[in-house]
Parts: sequence; structure tokens; C-alpha cells
Amino acid sequence: MNMDQRRRERLDRGIKVRTDGIYALMSWRELSYLTLPRLVLIVGMLLLPLVMPSMYWQRVISIVCIYALLALSFDLLAHFVGLVSLGGALFIGVGGYLTAIMNTSFALPPLLTIPIATVAGASICTLLLLPCLPLRGVYFAIVSLMYPLALARVIEALDILGGTDGILGIDSFPNRWVEQYFVIVMVLLFLFATRRMVNQDIGLVLRAVKDNDQAVRASGMSITFYKAVAVFIASAMGCMGGACLVHIYMWSGISLLALDFSILPIAATVIGGAGTLVGPVLGCFVLVPVSELLRAFGTLRIVFYSLILVAFIVFKSEGFMVYGRRKYNQFERWTKV
Amino acid sequence: MNKGPILRVREVSKTFGGILALNRVSFEVRAGEILGIIGPNGSGKTTLINTITGFIKMTSGKVFFRDKDISGKPAHKIADMGVTRTFQIMRPYYSLPAYKNLVIPLFSPRAKRTGGWRGGGKLGDRNTVGIDILEEIGFERDSFVPYKIASTLPTGYLKRLELARCLALKPEIILCDEVFSGLSMSEIASMVPLIERLQMEGITLIMIEHRLRELFRVTNRVMVLNFGEKLIEGTAEEVMTNEKVKEAYFGSEEIEEVMTYA
Repeated sequence: MNMDQRRRERLDRGIKVRTDGIYALMSWRELSYLTLPRLVLIVGMLLLPLVMPSMYWQRVISIVCIYALLALSFDLLAHFVGLVSLGGALFIGVGGYLTAIMNTSFALPPLLTIPIATVAGASICTLLLLPCLPLRGVYFAIVSLMYPLALARVIEALDILGGTDGILGIDSFPNRWVEQYFVIVMVLLFLFATRRMVNQDIGLVLRAVKDNDQAVRASGMSITFYKAVAVFIASAMGCMGGACLVHIYMWSGISLLALDFSILPIAATVIGGAGTLVGPVLGCFVLVPVSELLRAFGTLRIVFYSLILVAFIVFKSEGFMVYGRRKYNQFERWTKV
Repeated sequence: MNKGPILRVREVSKTFGGILALNRVSFEVRAGEILGIIGPNGSGKTTLINTITGFIKMTSGKVFFRDKDISGKPAHKIADMGVTRTFQIMRPYYSLPAYKNLVIPLFSPRAKRTGGWRGGGKLGDRNTVGIDILEEIGFERDSFVPYKIASTLPTGYLKRLELARCLALKPEIILCDEVFSGLSMSEIASMVPLIERLQMEGITLIMIEHRLRELFRVTNRVMVLNFGEKLIEGTAEEVMTNEKVKEAYFGSEEIEEVMTYA
């Protein structure tokens, strides 16, 4: 067959077993076809600390999971609500400092500080971001970028919350296995909860806000309210990440408000596949270890890191989850034109 | 049914910078009637709808819905009271299938309270109710049309989808912004009975139209706007023989077409 007389045809795999929450009986083959990718992800993540038992890599895994929470929150806001958030550093900072204060000043154990920091931090972040929620466009990105920059300078200038030294002497997790499995289970929980939510009716409303906010207003619903709900959920993930991070480092400082926390999740979303939710999480599992391995190159690390990102954007801009999902769900064959 | 005015608009004005888009426009609509609003391009018809439904803030004036002052309230509150609107440039959720477009209004507080059109929304499954509403409004249930992504639907269906979004809220009033424009004659022919049916069910309609011939098939009461001012209000014959209206539409083909029709 001549090359220009044929084209690649894509056909969806004929599997119609799942219709809006109703699972019909089916063969083991189809059942495993549906559950296998999810099982691989869950089991893979749970086995990861066992496969890499060295202290160093276990710490990396914990950090990856915190970035994964941030990437998940970025993907939720950007691709399901239409808010481009640069607020990862804000979420981490608010969650982290709250935890540090509660742990050192009120001697609350991590069991209490993490849930309180998650809910209280998310409320604070939502309140801070509320003024720009009725607006469309770039305002949310700018305001969410402004807060961590401003807060870091405020802490530095007024020498509050430990100033540039930070808050020291925070409790760690009971042991490193608890630390590992806590963050891993949290990533999995938030991932599957978010996936479920975006397919429910409320998720549909959020997607509608992104698609056409005027029509949502005409439907008798306040777009500000639904945006605030989404920001609350997303910042809860980030604040929980910040709380865990503080307990892992046993220290809380200005570097919690560093822009890494805002930028890396976006890079992870780009290479993982925007709008897939699982893609950004896996993107973190690629990007953070890669950046660790590149430490061997010393100061050239950022150069190689940037080259990898550029290569991804040029050659696979859809992200590997979108690509993988297509390969998994569709047949491909060559047909004559 | 209460035959008093359901919507009273009192001296509404709107300025954009120095431009007077609406100049003290007043009118009343009785429950269950259809009021047509006509006027040349740029005469402030869409601005009037936008101010009544709260999508833009009016500079001065008052709007009363069932004796409640709704002027200055946010758009979603006004829609929540049952004063709904369609958009001239259709605003469906392009990435969602047609029936999922209706899940969103069915999720609104008003639809949860009232159950939506025909009350089906209280039963819970919003997908089914959405398809039911689409069928009533002219989407063929047994075809794939209700399941198609909105961005692939032709204009005629999108105009109906706009109306369906209002109906999902169980509206008291629908303010229609040019539902006939951009449709073929056969599409309009099937739209007219739909409008008549909505009126028979007790829904009050305010219709902005350029297609005068079709408008006069569904209503005989029209109001004419020109340069943001209300010229005249009356029956089709009164309006079309009025000198000021002729002047406003001078040279326009529409008026001649309608003159021969009337």
C-alpha cells in the first residue's frame, strides 16, 4: 500500500458496560479491561515505598505526593472550572504555617493539625481569593501569584512567624512508614474523589462555569459560589500538602511560599495530560524524580530539566495520559483512502 | 390566573459612558400574554432585556416582578424568581451533550424547589428529565440528537436549547432575544406552535424580533424602541401605520414587507 493512499482509522473499543453509574454484568475480560488501569495505579503507588526502601528515595516519594496534590488541585481548577491558578505556593504556605503554629504553640499532634490545617487553611485561601472570583480571565492567576510573594515579604519584613529563620521544633510523623503511606493514601483518596465529583451533577455545573458562565447565571445559579466551592476543594488539597510537608521537614519557613510549588504542578499537568486528573499526578512522579536524578549535573540541572519540558511540549503536547488513554481505548488500523 | 401586570418596568435608563442606550423606558406585561419588542438595530432592545434580567446594571429606574422590586438584583437571583431569558448569540455549553446542558439548570435551587418544567426534576434523575424536556421542545428522542455534543448541533436546535434552559427552571416569564433570527422558514414554522404552546401553559413571553411577519403570528401587542426611547405601544396595525415608526424604519425592507402583509 502506498503511504499517501492510506490513513489511520481509529475505532472505539466496543465496551458499553458502564452507563451513568450502573454496572452491568460482563465477562472477566471486560471487567479486567476496566479495572486493570486503576488497580495498577493503586497497587503501584502502595508498593512504591517497599520497592524503594532507601531513606533518600522515601523522602522523595513523600515530596512527590505533595506535588501531586498540588498538580491535582491545579488541574481541577484550570480544566474543570476555568481558573488558572498560580496559588500552589499560597496553599502550601497557609497550610504549612497554620500547622506549625498549632503544633508549636498549642502542642496539637499531627493527627489533629493536619485535618484542622486542611479545613481552616482552605477557608482562609478561599476568603483571600474571593475578590477575584466574579471576574473572568487572567485576574485569578495574578492574584493567586501575588499572595505568596506578598506573604513571604510580610513575614520577612515584620519578623513575625519566626521571620527568616522560620518556625523550628515541629513534631515529625511517628515514623517514616506512616509518613509515606499517609501522603500516598491521601493522593489516591483525593484523586478518586475528584474524579467522581467532576462526573456528578455538581462537577457538570463546574464545567459549565468554565464553558459559559453567563448561561450559568441565566440558569439561576451564582457563579461566584460555585467557583468558591471549587477553590475551597482545590486549596484543601494544597493546604493538606503544606501541613504534611511541615511535619516531614519539622520546620516551617519562607521557602514554603516559594514559586516552585506554583510552577512545578503546571509543568506536571502539561506532561501528564491536562484535564485527565490522573495525568498531573503521574506527571509529578516523573518530573520530581527526574529533577532529583539531574542533581548529578550540578548547576546544569535546570538546563536539562527545561530541555525535557520543551521536548515534551513540542513532541507530545497532549500529555502522556491523553495519549495513553487513546491507545488503550481505541483500535487503530490502516485503511485505504 | 391573576390578570394584573406580572412585570412592570418603570422609567428604566441606561447609559454607556456618554451614550444613552435606554431613555426612561416604561411598560407593563400582563400574566400570560406575549409582548413583542421591535425596533431598528441599535435601538436598545437587547440592553433592555439585559437590564431587566440583571445582566447589566441599570443607571436609573425600577423593575417590579409581581410587585417585588427586582431592579439592581444579581442576575442569578432574578432567574431564581422565574424571570428567565434566552441569548441572541446562543450560549450553550458547547463541550457537553445537549441533554447534559439541561442538567445544569435542573441543578439550580429554583429547579430543585419547583421540580422544573412539569415538575419532573424532583424525581431525581436529571438526565432523564433533561431528555424529556428536549423531546417536548422538538428534539427527536429516538434519534441521536439529544445525545449530540452541543457544538455539533445546527442553529435551529441551539435556539431550542436556549428555550429549554429557561423551561428547565419552570419560568414565569421568558424574555426571548431573537429566537427566530437565523432560522429557515421551515424551522420557524415549527417554532411558532411551540411559542403558542408555552403561552397556553401560562408562561408570559417578551419577544424581541426582527422577523415581524412571524412575530405578528404569535402576538398582536408590540412595543417599538428607537434610539433607546419607546416610540409607541399598541396592536400591530396601530404600530405599523404610525408615522414615527415609519420614519424610524425609513427605507427598511421589513416595514414594506409588513405593510403589504397588514
